[in-house]
Amino acid sequence: MPMTITEKILAAHAGRDRVSPGELIEAKVDVALANDITAPLAIKVFGEIGVGKVFDTDRVVLVADHFVPNKDIASAEQVKFVREFAREQGLKNYFEGGQSGVEHVILPEKGLVLPGQLVIGADSHTCTYGALGAFSTGVGSTDLGAVMATGEIWLKVPPTISLRYEGSLRPHVGGKDLILHTIGLLGVEGALYCAMEFSGSVIRNLPMHQRFTMSNMAIEAGGKNGIIEPDETTLGYEAERTSERFEIFRSDPDADYDRVIDIDVSDIEPQVAFPHLPSNVRAVSQAGNVPIDQVVIGSCTNGWLDDLRDAARVLKGKKASAGLRLIIMPGSPLIYKMAMQEGILETFLEAGAVIGPPCCGPCLGGHMGVLASGERAVATTNRNFIGRMGHPESEVYLANPLVAAASAVLGRIGGPDEL
Amino acid sequence: MDKMRVEGRIWKFGDDVDTDVIIPARYLNVSAEDELAKNCFADIRPEFATDVTAGDILVAGKNFGCGSSREHAPLAIKAAGVRVIIAESFARIFYRNAFNIGLPLLEAVEASKGLSDGERGVVDLADGRIEGVGGVFQAKPIPDFMAQLIAAGGLVEYVRTMKIGR
Repeated sequence: MPMTITEKILAAHAGRDRVSPGELIEAKVDVALANDITAPLAIKVFGEIGVGKVFDTDRVVLVADHFVPNKDIASAEQVKFVREFAREQGLKNYFEGGQSGVEHVILPEKGLVLPGQLVIGADSHTCTYGALGAFSTGVGSTDLGAVMATGEIWLKVPPTISLRYEGSLRPHVGGKDLILHTIGLLGVEGALYCAMEFSGSVIRNLPMHQRFTMSNMAIEAGGKNGIIEPDETTLGYEAERTSERFEIFRSDPDADYDRVIDIDVSDIEPQVAFPHLPSNVRAVSQAGNVPIDQVVIGSCTNGWLDDLRDAARVLKGKKASAGLRLIIMPGSPLIYKMAMQEGILETFLEAGAVIGPPCCGPCLGGHMGVLASGERAVATTNRNFIGRMGHPESEVYLANPLVAAASAVLGRIGGPDEL
Repeated sequence: MDKMRVEGRIWKFGDDVDTDVIIPARYLNVSAEDELAKNCFADIRPEFATDVTAGDILVAGKNFGCGSSREHAPLAIKAAGVRVIIAESFARIFYRNAFNIGLPLLEAVEASKGLSDGERGVVDLADGRIEGVGGVFQAKPIPDFMAQLIAAGGLVEYVRTMKIGR
């Protein structure tokens, strides 16, 4: 019986020849991930289960990235609790300080997630690793606590929506615009409980970082995972990061899809998601005159080196608009260093940017760029819900790094063509 | 008292209520349930945390609990006193989280439309029968596995008894 890539990975991890949508399975987990917000609850649950030791000290990964550098005493206590647990358990992969960065950027960068794996993370954007051809999904802390104890998880096999992208991309359009357009098309619950499988010649030609951006936002359409079949680009990426063996799964040509959606990208302009849902998208040319107070470039969606390169290309020799706060946060210490070596950070500083540490920062209104009432931000992040970046009467507009950088210069929402 | 019978005030919400508004991220520097409950819906409905009483019923539209995986969201709602959430549909991670911590969810399109804020509702968790001022509604049956989780008292107990054998 033909299967999709998602079904094949789930079957392999459940010790089965095949699985079908709707079936409940118990699957073995390759990587279990939590952060400084979700790990404390997961550790508590792990303690209540009472097995003493985690299932594998190499496979439980804990990253302090949300409220770090610790924003207040309560956050510091949470990180301390996680750090002490990691130490007690002898976890090989606990990251904070200069070893840390945005979790979904540093795990691929360190070669900790591989094609064909089953990755479970107590963070909704764990779906990012689907870009490598892994089955990867977010859960809550109780699920993660149980995974830390048993190395297994119950999952319902999702039906798959096939999204095929063809045509030629217009200037300044990339993975962020493709996924925003897709979320606009499907709605924020359009892929509820479903696997999203991205394919087509456009995806084959998409660089790795833009694939991460697409898989990252599968959750914003309600998706369980957002997966891309491994190809030369994936193998090239992994060759530089790991010597471990991994298995490559591909969908059978006659696999059964819940829906097949063909998207012609030729007409897609750079997209902007207006408040307060990621599905509320417009072409940047249709944005109208929206003055802004802040621009944020970074996050697990667009904190990659190439995203910073994009922003730097736009900002080179220009200044952020007077009174506008431009905040740029590289996704990892390595990206930070490479951006420094390439002179990108200097371009940012000359443009009047504040360069933040590699962390989640203002994306979730945590710290380092919280908005006041009535303020508006353009952000390369993934969510623009009410109060997401601060005051409930503030607004977040989602866009790609080129549009975000151009908007910083313009002081209003706009694309690089307007500069 | 019948453990499967819930009677309380209905708190009605709309579509796509995300976990950022259920419990804004700035309150996630703690994970104590009673602290989370104090800030439940702080930004969009500040009176909720003070006026909600044990046994109340939350009713919403489509895609309730979308967004972040923060389990603090169902924990805050549960600790505030809500016994059951009725919605047209739930976001996936929220759905798992709620059952994992022993907070039952009912999917019921008609009830979601027919129940009003502030009225009294009666819910039978065993058979999914929902009674309000506007009539009687039937929820979709809770899937068997979820019912097992609720019966066990949540995922922790389920894993302890079924997987670890304690």
